[in-house]
Formats: sequence, C-alpha cells, structure tokens
Amino acid sequence: MELQQRSLTSRNLLVPIGSVVLALLVGSIFILVVGENPLYAYRVLLVESFGSINNIAGTLQRSTPLIFTGLGVAFAFRCGLFNIGAEGQLYVGGMVAAIIGVSFGNLPGLIHLPIAVFAGMLAGGLWAAIPGILKAKLGVHEVINTIMMNFVAYYLTDFLVTGPFHGGRWAPETDRVFPTAVLERILPPSRLNTGIFLAIVALVVVYIVLWKTKTGYEIRAVGLNPSAAEYGGISVARNMVLAMVISGAVASLAGVEQVLGVHGRFIQRFSPDLGFIGIAVALLGKNHPVGVFFAAVLFGALRTGGAAMDRLTDVPRELVVIIQAMIIMFVAADELIRRLVPRRRKA
Amino acid sequence: MGNVLEIDRITKRFPGVVANDAVSLDVEAGEIHALVGENGSGKSTLMNIVYGLYQADSGEIRLNGERVEIDDPRDAINLGLGMVFQHFMLVDTLTVAENVILRAEPQKFRFVDYRKAEQEVARLADAYGLRIDPRAKVADISVGQEQRVEILKALYRRAKVLILDEPTAVLTPQETEELFQVMRNLREQGTTIVFITHKIKEVLAISDRVSVLRRGKLVGTRSTAETGHKELAEMMVGREVLLRVEKEPAKPGAPVAEISGLYVDDQRGTAAVKDVSLKIRQGEVVGIAGVEGNGQQELVEAITGLTTARTGKVLLHGEPIQHLGPMRIKRKGISYIPEDRHKRGLILDYNVADNLILGLHTQPPFVEHRLFRSERHIAEHARKLVEEYDIRPPNPELLMYTLSGGNQQKAIVAREFSRRPEFLICSQPTRGLDIGAIEFIHREIIRQRDRGTAILLVSAELDEILSLSDTIAVMYDGKIVAVLPAQEADERRLGYLMLGGDPHLPEGDAERGVTAT
Amino acid sequence: MWWEYVVYFVNATVLAAALRMATPLIFASMGGILSERSGIINIGLEGMMLTGAFMGMLVTFYTANPWVGLIGALLSGGVVGLVHAVATVRYKVDQVVSGTAINIFAGGFTVFMLRTVFDVAGTSPAVERIPTVAVPLLRRIPFIGDILGHQNPVVYLALILVVAVHLFLFHTVWGLRLRAVGEHPRAADTVGINVFRARYLAVIASGALAGLGGAYLSIAHLSRFGDGMTAGRGFIALAAMIFGKWTPFGALGASILFGFADAVQMRLQEVGIPRHFVLMLPYILTMVALAGFIGRATPPKSIGKPYEKE
Repeated sequence: MELQQRSLTSRNLLVPIGSVVLALLVGSIFILVVGENPLYAYRVLLVESFGSINNIAGTLQRSTPLIFTGLGVAFAFRCGLFNIGAEGQLYVGGMVAAIIGVSFGNLPGLIHLPIAVFAGMLAGGLWAAIPGILKAKLGVHEVINTIMMNFVAYYLTDFLVTGPFHGGRWAPETDRVFPTAVLERILPPSRLNTGIFLAIVALVVVYIVLWKTKTGYEIRAVGLNPSAAEYGGISVARNMVLAMVISGAVASLAGVEQVLGVHGRFIQRFSPDLGFIGIAVALLGKNHPVGVFFAAVLFGALRTGGAAMDRLTDVPRELVVIIQAMIIMFVAADELIRRLVPRRRKA
Repeated sequence: MGNVLEIDRITKRFPGVVANDAVSLDVEAGEIHALVGENGSGKSTLMNIVYGLYQADSGEIRLNGERVEIDDPRDAINLGLGMVFQHFMLVDTLTVAENVILRAEPQKFRFVDYRKAEQEVARLADAYGLRIDPRAKVADISVGQEQRVEILKALYRRAKVLILDEPTAVLTPQETEELFQVMRNLREQGTTIVFITHKIKEVLAISDRVSVLRRGKLVGTRSTAETGHKELAEMMVGREVLLRVEKEPAKPGAPVAEISGLYVDDQRGTAAVKDVSLKIRQGEVVGIAGVEGNGQQELVEAITGLTTARTGKVLLHGEPIQHLGPMRIKRKGISYIPEDRHKRGLILDYNVADNLILGLHTQPPFVEHRLFRSERHIAEHARKLVEEYDIRPPNPELLMYTLSGGNQQKAIVAREFSRRPEFLICSQPTRGLDIGAIEFIHREIIRQRDRGTAILLVSAELDEILSLSDTIAVMYDGKIVAVLPAQEADERRLGYLMLGGDPHLPEGDAERGVTAT
Repeated sequence: MWWEYVVYFVNATVLAAALRMATPLIFASMGGILSERSGIINIGLEGMMLTGAFMGMLVTFYTANPWVGLIGALLSGGVVGLVHAVATVRYKVDQVVSGTAINIFAGGFTVFMLRTVFDVAGTSPAVERIPTVAVPLLRRIPFIGDILGHQNPVVYLALILVVAVHLFLFHTVWGLRLRAVGEHPRAADTVGINVFRARYLAVIASGALAGLGGAYLSIAHLSRFGDGMTAGRGFIALAAMIFGKWTPFGALGASILFGFADAVQMRLQEVGIPRHFVLMLPYILTMVALAGFIGRATPPKSIGKPYEKE
C-alpha cells in the first residue's frame, strides 16, 4: 500500500499536470463570472506569454526570480525543512545588493557586480541561518521563525530604504545602482536581463550539489531519514543549518536580480509575493531543479499572460493569482487528484 | 465461579505472519490471569483484538457467555472492558482528573463539574489504594503514577475486566510491588484482571492462573499454584529444532573491545545500562542473551556513539572511544548492524547503491576532490556487493523500499561486513527474516569471526545466540547477570536467567512441582 | 522630566488607540487558538481576515447594514476555514501549504472581486460603518473611562469573545475534548471522541473569527475595503497567539501589547526611535518566546500532523 503510493509519486507527472488542469478549470468559473469566454481568455494568456520573441522574453523575465525562490524553497525541502521565509530573504539580499550597488562607484564592473551579487547572497544565507540554527539547536519549528523573519526583513528594509539609503527622489527607493553593478538587459524592450543566466547556473549548481556531492548526499539523507543519517555518521544539526543557508542564499538571488536587473534600485516592498509563489514553484516542480525550471516558467507565463489578459479582456489579472493558489492546494492534495483522474491500471 | 471472558479459536494474520493461530482461552470471574510469552508470541495482539483495536480473521469472543462484536475500543468500554497499554494514552497537559473523566465528564449545562470530577477520582483512587493527586498535571507525575491514571480511567468507566499490557515493563521494583497490591485490591473487590507479561517471577508472584503463548499458539493454561519457573520457561521458549551453523571452534586472540563500568540512561533519564563490563576478543562471538528492553539497545547505541554513556569506558585496542561521534567511531573500524533496519540502517528512498555507501560516503574512493561523488566507484562497489552478498533483484539502481526485508538486511550486512571491521556489533540481525536469509547471515557472521573480527551479537532469539556465540552474556534489567562459555549454556539455563532467575541457584532448586509437557 | 515622557507615551488616548489596534488581532488570535488547540496549524489567518474584510464590506454595500455585513464576514471566514479543514483534515494537505495557498488566494480573490463588482482597483467605495458608542456609566470612570468608555461595539465584542473562548476551552466539556484532540488525538479517539469532527468545527470557527477581525477593519474601524488592507495582521495575530502561549488571556495581553506598539510608533519616531524597529518587535518577541528565553512557548503536541485511524 505504502510502497505503491511512493512509487506513484516518484514516477509520474499525473499530480503536477492534473493540478494545473484542475486549477485552470476552476479559474474558468471565475472567467465566466466576469462574462468572458474561458477559451478565449486562456488563448490570450497563452499567445501573450509565448506568442512572440518579446512575449517569451517577458515570460522568462518573470520566471527568473521564481526560479531562485522556487529553487531555494526546494533545497530546504530536500533537507526536510520548510523555508517559508524566501520573501524576507530576497528583501534582505536585494537590499544588500542595492547598498553595494549604490556605493563603490569607482570599481570596475568585473568586480563590482560579482561583489554585489555575492554580498546579497551572503546576507540572504545568513538571514536564513537564524531559523536554521534555532531549529537545529533548540528544535523550534522553522515555519514560524521564517514567517517572523519575513516581517523583520520588511521593516528592516523599510527602515533602510526610507532612512539611511533613501535616494534622491521622493519615492521610498534607493538611488540607481552604478552601471558597473547592473545585470545587463538582453532582448529589450523586455526587462529580461543576465539574471536569467545566473538562474540557469543556480539550477545546475543546485543539481550538482544535491546529487553529485557528498554534501548533497548528506543533506538529502537528513531530509529522508534523520535517524539513519545519524547512524551513518552524518551531523543532522550541521546539515540543517547548511541547507537553510544555501536555501536562503539562492532565494535571496531573486531580490538581487530584481534590484540589479529589473528596477536598477531597491524599491520599498517591490516583491509581488515572489517568495510565497516560490513555495508553489517548488511544490509543483517536485523539488527538483528541472521541475522547478518548468514550474517557474509556467508561473512566469501566467503573470505575463495575465497582464495581457487584463488589458485585452475583462478578466482582471488577479485571476492568475487565484490560479496559482489553486495549483498549490491541488498539488498538495495529491490524493484528491488521483481520485479525480480515472486510473488506467489498478495494481 | 464462571468465565467472564471466553476467547474461542481466534485467528489473526498479518502480512507474512500468523499472529494468533486459533487461540482459545477462558478467563474466570475475579481471577488474575497471566498471559505470558516471548516477544512476538502474539499476546498483545490477542488482547488488542479483545479490546477492539484489531479485528480477528476468525473465531469469537464471549462475555459472560454471550457472543459479542467488538468493533472498536468504544464497544469494549461499553461492555465493561478496560485496557492499560504499554504506551499510555494520556494527555500530558491535562490534569489527572481531566484525563480520567474525558468524554464521560460530570457536567452542569455542558460546563465540566470539576469539583465533582475531582471528588469522584479521589474516591475511586482511595477505594483501590491508588495514591494520586487528581489535580496534578500528567506531565508532572511519574510513570508509575501515569499507569495508575490509566487504571483509574478504566475503573471510572466501570470496567469489570481489566487488561494490563506489560504493566511492569516501565516500573521500578517498588512501583511493581505497589501495582501488585493494587491488583490484589481490585481482585478482592471483584475486578477480573488479564495480566500480560514475560517475566515469570511476576506470574508466580501475582497470578491465579497462567496461559502461555508461543509463536501465536496457545501452549497451555496452568494453575499458578501447580506450576513453576522451569515449566513456564520451557513452555515459553519451547524446544524447537535448532538452526545449525557449521563452524569450527573459535580461536580467540587478543582483546579488541573492552567495556568497563558502563552506565547509560534511556530517554527518560533513568539508567538502562547499569555497570556493564565486557571483553570481546579477536575471532570470538560474544552473544548477549536477554529479553528485549533490558538495556541491550542502549548498550549498543552507547558503544557506537549514537548515545552518550553517563559513565564508564569503551576501549578499542586500549584506546578510549566513548566520546567520539558515530562517524569517528566507524572510522576506527567498528561496524554495526542496527536493530531497526528501517529507522536506523537504511534510507528507504535511496537506491541500493547509495545505501551501500552510507557511512562510507565521505571516504575515498567514493569521494573525489574531497567533495564530489565518484559515481564510478559507487556503482562498482554496489555491483560487487550485490553479487557477493546475493542481493536481489541484482540491480543497484532500485530504490531500497522495493526490496524484500531479507534483501534489505543483506544490503546492511554487505555494507557493514565489506568494510572488514575489527569490531562488529550485530543487533537482532535476523529479525523477521525467512530461513534462507537467516542462514545466509549466520554464515556471514561466522565467516567474519574466522577472519579475526571481534563480534558482539545481541539477539532475543535464543537459537541464534546458542548457535553463533562462543561466549554468552545474559542481560537482565540493565545488568550482565551471567557470563558463560557457550558449551555450558542451553536453552533452559539461559531462559531461566533471562527471565530474572537467580544465577546463583542451581536451577533444580528453583522449581516447584509439575514436570514439563 | 522622565515622567513627562512616560505620560506622553502611556496615556488614555494612546491606550484607547492600542485597544482599537488590538481588536482585529484579538479576533484572529482567538481563531488561531481554536484551530491550533485542535491540532491544525493556521497560517491562513491572514487570508481569512482579508476575505472577511472584503465580504463584510460587500454585504454592507448591498444591505446598507454593517451588522449584516459583520455576519457576512463571519460566514465567509467560516467558508475559508472549511476549505482549510477539508484540505488538511480530509485530504491531509500539509497545513502550512494549505495556509499559504489560502493567503495567496485571498489576496487575488479580493482584488479580483473588487475590480469585477466595483470596477475599481485599490479601494472600494465607502460603505456604512458600525459607529462608536459611549457607554453610559463606564465613560465617567476616570482614566478607565477614557480608554474603554468610548469605543466601537466591535471592540467590546472582541473583549467578550476572549472571555467566551476562555470559558469554552477551560470550563466546558467541548473545550476539554478539543484540547485533548490537539494534544493527543489517539488518546481522545480511544475514549470515543470524534477527532475529525472536532477539528472541522474548530477550523471553521477559526476562520469565522478571523473573518470578524477583518471586518472590523473595513466596516467598523474604517468604512471601506482596501487592497491588502489586513497588511500582515493575520501573522501578528499568529504571533500574539504564540506569545500568549495559546491561551485566550495571554493572546489578549499580547494583542494589546502589539497594538500598543502600533499606536505608539509615531510618537516614538518623534523622539528619534525609528518606528520600523518598534513594528518589528512583535515578531522578534515571538521568536524569543519560541526559543524559550522568556518562558518557553510550547505548541499543542499534535500540531501539523494529520490524524489517521489505525
């Protein structure tokens, strides 16, 4: 019984695809409510997110931060930890990147940009280390602490962006970062930037770390069976902290990319729930880099297409937020999906 | 007096085992009826069926002569049955009184009448000599007191038949004596008690009659007054055909591991291992015989560094290792077959190859450049071990949970034995395996011995201890109560010692009456 | 003089404001207590509040009666609670995941509806609100009257609710059973308590109360709904619940403390203490409490784990 279940979840794509389909179906009810044709609305959504090079670029641009947050959340999941604090981590990372970016104007780009990126990652990693340590040493559940740290991060960055690092303009944002710290745009007019390459690198690196190194072996072992990991001489506490640090560092790159690549500055509360959508990306992507990539692209497409749908039809763009929430719920309710989809073989 | 409870040809199968095989048993009104047997003999399963937690596959249960259907514990409670489990079903954060009255609360307009509740609980406790403060939080009371709360729960629900599942396992000797007094009080006031245990001393001390189960079958029921330690031990352990292992006499060499004055605490902080000293020499199997839960697990986990000993020393080749972590202890050349292969020994969601390097995963050749896995060496290692130890199906890519229990255990054995350890600890190495796998593992253990490994074997199976060991130590209540050469040991002698018999008495004197069946 | 400072920060005006700020937190944290005492983590409080805030406004808009709006908020919050219950109890969805989904959903759903119904983004049209009342005798008591004498009826409702939840949890048979379910569901089951039913009811009630807390914002404190108007109060309520150690009066105290921090932040800014650091305080205090530095806050034991019968 148990064995069957596990082989089902590990093998097929039924649950992720079923969840997306079901969420779109429920979404069509909302479309009908506003008096539009769901097929038409979804066609607009599809065309406007993938129909041209420019649309694809827009989709990829919106996918980029989700790859980072999704990957970060997935990494922690692999160690059995629920990092619900990606949102806070990306704010902290973005802020530190911005601070480095607006300072040191005389550095060459070859140095300035890497420092800004790396400092942002480091800040996000350390931010995530706190709940990691509290979990490993005191056994406090990481979920509550990562939530609490989100708010601390909001207010901390609120303070910095309205106080010490408030830019020259009236709006609550920093000055523009120096050009030497900018992630260059590719394919304008979209705001797609070299951050997408960073995301691809992150996907590959996380894959290698998890499955090709002894560290990944240990982290996954702790996630799957801490007791056996301990028997195998693996330090559960050390790996939990490490996993949180890596998770936070990766997730914070979303903020770094938004600041250095998209906005060129830190804007107060710039993130449209990127950290929380990252949870959805990780769940839908089955905590695997390849899955995370496709899930992030799907969610990026929803955002891009949703904006177009908003312009071209009467369907508000918030429909895609509703669909995203549904996907999270359905992916997690795998039992429900299995019940709805008729089974071809019954073992 | 008539029978209150009649169990008639109850059969219960679990995947792979027959837990109860047409067991019939009568319990007379007002008696203390002991139900004894080794671990896995089916005594708890039988009583769980009576209490409605499991459903029997066939057979029937009669209460006061009437056939009853017991679908869940609620039915059992309504029929006047009460059960005290080994693992208490108490809510820590609530008070004693709250736990007792839960879902049968004295109330006024749906408000709990706490005064009445506390009075009632105090009255019941008083009537049966159960000393307890109804207002104390369960989290703050001792294990013995928790047990009293469980008994009170049953009495409050007007239980006429009380089933106690190994109630003394968690008690100190004084608490056990107090419990026995409570049981006598209950009997005097008309409550019938079914007392599950594996300690013969207790059976003799408290019960009126005793039924013995072995491997799911009823061996017999005796009047306690007409039986004795020896007969019960024989009934429990039985005389099965021994699994024979071909082996030469051991040629022990220099001592490899020396344990002295070791004390280890269990999770509750009480001493589970008390002043244990042992010496294991090269090329020798030292078997630890004992009923489970007498400190073997804690002893082994302390040696392997998975728990920390309170005091005492563990020396490997004269060097203290008791403060090194599990990884460094492993690297000193200690291998360990853990008791619980699913919890400790394997990562079921890893494939076979990855499981075969657990604990070796940080060492060359499995790691290159200090960080990266060497897939080639990991695969080669797996291929070699799968073939050598005949792990089936012979595919190292399969996830571990798809393998049978026997093959999972072979994988652990392969991993631990192939490291060529100097000191090997095997804890219940063949539990739940079929004969083929058992023989295979036994042969491998002897092969290790013959190449000069020092081996500590912990097993609840006497057959296994007797057929593999060169020296046998008997563990009871956290202490090594006897150490004897294997040639001088037999099942009866060991069974007697394992069950708390006095090692200084020649066994003939410990008997009373009746010969064996 | 230091005394003047104290009076500047701690006076009846500030305390009355603190109570107003605390009111939505009180509702939601009572909801949180019911849910978590039954063993179900509820980080969806924020979404439940937001839904209540919106539906309270919407019903008031159509009925022109904010009291009916309050009932609408109660019911809609209860429906969201039901969703959380079905997901976590019936389908064993991870409780944190379900809560996250609910929060995201509510954020999208309320704006979607706002735009569909009113064709506006950001803020709804103004609706009737529940007016504040002056309590005849109470308001004459010096100091206390200044704090409590002239408040919105919903504020009084919140205070009554705290007492009611306390009585329910610690004095009724249902409360006793609910606590048993949250701590040790198997033990509760063996004496015949229906664990599933208890959890369903507790989580639905949790959503309903959070919905009321949201409605306080849109139809009592203010008279319109604004996009994302709960602004993290669901999470502060969660923090208040934890800081109050999952007890009604503890959560009340924490809510008032956090409300006080909210009410006093502007005055502190004036004397040079950055208000953002004051706003962080609830979250930091909660982490400190969880870590055990100020009397350990321990959640109900079965929390987060779906219950399965053997």
